[in-house]
Amino acid sequence: MSIYSKEVIKHFKTPQNVGRMKNPSGLGRAGNMVCGDIMYLYIKIGKNRQGKEIIKDIKFETYGCAIAIANTSLLTTMIKGKTLEDAQKVTKNDLVKKFGQVPLIKIHCSMLAVDALTEAIYDYFKKTRKPISPELLAKHERIEKEAEEIEHHHAGLVELEEELRKGN
Amino acid sequence: MKKNIYMDYAATTPVDPRVLRAMLPYFTKKFGNTMSFHSFGQEAKVALEESREQISNLINAKPSEIIFTGSATESNNLALKGMALANQGKGKHIIISPIEHDCVLESAKWLASQGFKITQLAVDKYGLVNLVDVKRAIKPETILVSVIHASNEIGTVQPIEEIGKICRTKGVLFHTDCAQSFGKIPIDVNKMNIDLLTASSHKIYGPKGAALLFIRKGVKILPILHGGGHESGLRSSTVNVPAIVGFAKAAQIYQKEWQKETKKLTKLRDKLINGVLKKIPGSYLNGHPRNRLSNNINLRFDKVEGESIVIQLDLLGVAAATGSACSSAKLEPSHVLLALGLKPEQAHGSLRLSLGRFTKESDINYVLKVLPGIIKNLRKISPFK
Repeated sequence: MSIYSKEVIKHFKTPQNVGRMKNPSGLGRAGNMVCGDIMYLYIKIGKNRQGKEIIKDIKFETYGCAIAIANTSLLTTMIKGKTLEDAQKVTKNDLVKKFGQVPLIKIHCSMLAVDALTEAIYDYFKKTRKPISPELLAKHERIEKEAEEIEHHHAGLVELEEELRKGN
Repeated sequence: MKKNIYMDYAATTPVDPRVLRAMLPYFTKKFGNTMSFHSFGQEAKVALEESREQISNLINAKPSEIIFTGSATESNNLALKGMALANQGKGKHIIISPIEHDCVLESAKWLASQGFKITQLAVDKYGLVNLVDVKRAIKPETILVSVIHASNEIGTVQPIEEIGKICRTKGVLFHTDCAQSFGKIPIDVNKMNIDLLTASSHKIYGPKGAALLFIRKGVKILPILHGGGHESGLRSSTVNVPAIVGFAKAAQIYQKEWQKETKKLTKLRDKLINGVLKKIPGSYLNGHPRNRLSNNINLRFDKVEGESIVIQLDLLGVAAATGSACSSAKLEPSHVLLALGLKPEQAHGSLRLSLGRFTKESDINYVLKVLPGIIKNLRKISPFK
């Protein structure tokens, strides 16, 4: 009798698309060490037959609870191969729907996965100097503001995370 | 076949079959209300008083000094709030350790909101309270010191006899939460100068729904529950006789078996701790290596998070716990681990395994077999290398 649904357990036991990309088109991160969930999302952008930009490849790394890992895995399977336009339409409710009953307190983990994706896409547009929609900009600014507030209250978190990621 | 290994005895224990047998008559045959004047009631009252006497023996207390409550949380609430409100004329300063159970911390917080001053002692990296700190912290207006005997999280056992002595010398009452230690470690309320003591049935193979508060004769406390005047007016509520009978039986069993059980569990505990520290790089022990509950293992692992370890173990049939934020209702890492000086990222990576009466050596071997793989996999998924 698990606390989580079969879908969550499936993605937690065998997460899809785990790994670090060497030269991602976009890199997004979400979460913080205070709440104990941190996600890194790497996307490779390609073009489909119609010439539209798609998420050709996607990888993730997550430090966090079972549902944090499961959410990032699920998200990567949902958006791999999708156009950038469609990928941006994925909401936390889409993840929540797939995973069924989840303790209320865990719903923020699905929010984090979508935030990581938002940041990855924002990073791609910024790197390639492409126009950023007001909607995407607003989302990014909200995520950045929240991260700054947490860093302000818990100095050194950003530095710590960078060190840990390098393998110190 | 999926394994069914329970290693969360610190959270709760199964009822020992001998305890269950002792309880059964009190559900259907001897079910009277202890306050009734007829023979059904008196029969139940006899069982209640016999239980009281049996339990008081375990800690060298007088039966009249034991009152029964419904839980250790209730006992701790009554000890702190009841004591503070009854004695606020003498002073309004209370001293607690930072590694108390939530119910003590929250009761203290509430008292602070009512105008009491709370001092939290420091603990060292093992969670031990410093006796000099205790002495220094006591002021003329101090009315209570409360220090948990053995930590439910990290297993560290405090020098309560020495703390009790300091308090007695300074004329301050001493409360200790013995929910995890009662039965397992010999306690003598007189030798240890204890004035208030909490113990719980469901931590010692008794049923949930029964606990006790030892209140030394002469110590004044105000009740939280007002009503029919049960338990010398200190805890009005129809008495849960079957649970109390079970509690007493569980305590009796411990009186006879604690040495044998402690010896067995210490051996298993150390095998598991040493095995993990040896096999898994980046693993550390939380809590004192020797002044430690015989059944408590609390480890932390670099670069992985505790709840994901617990769920992985659960999928493999092992029940465990963690002090990570993800696993708490408040989304904060364990205050006990933070009090040791650990940073949030260290506290998140913690795993608590607590052994018990029915733990076998093969259970230890199984965990040693599967845990390294779990940590390795989670480290592969983690962004931290």
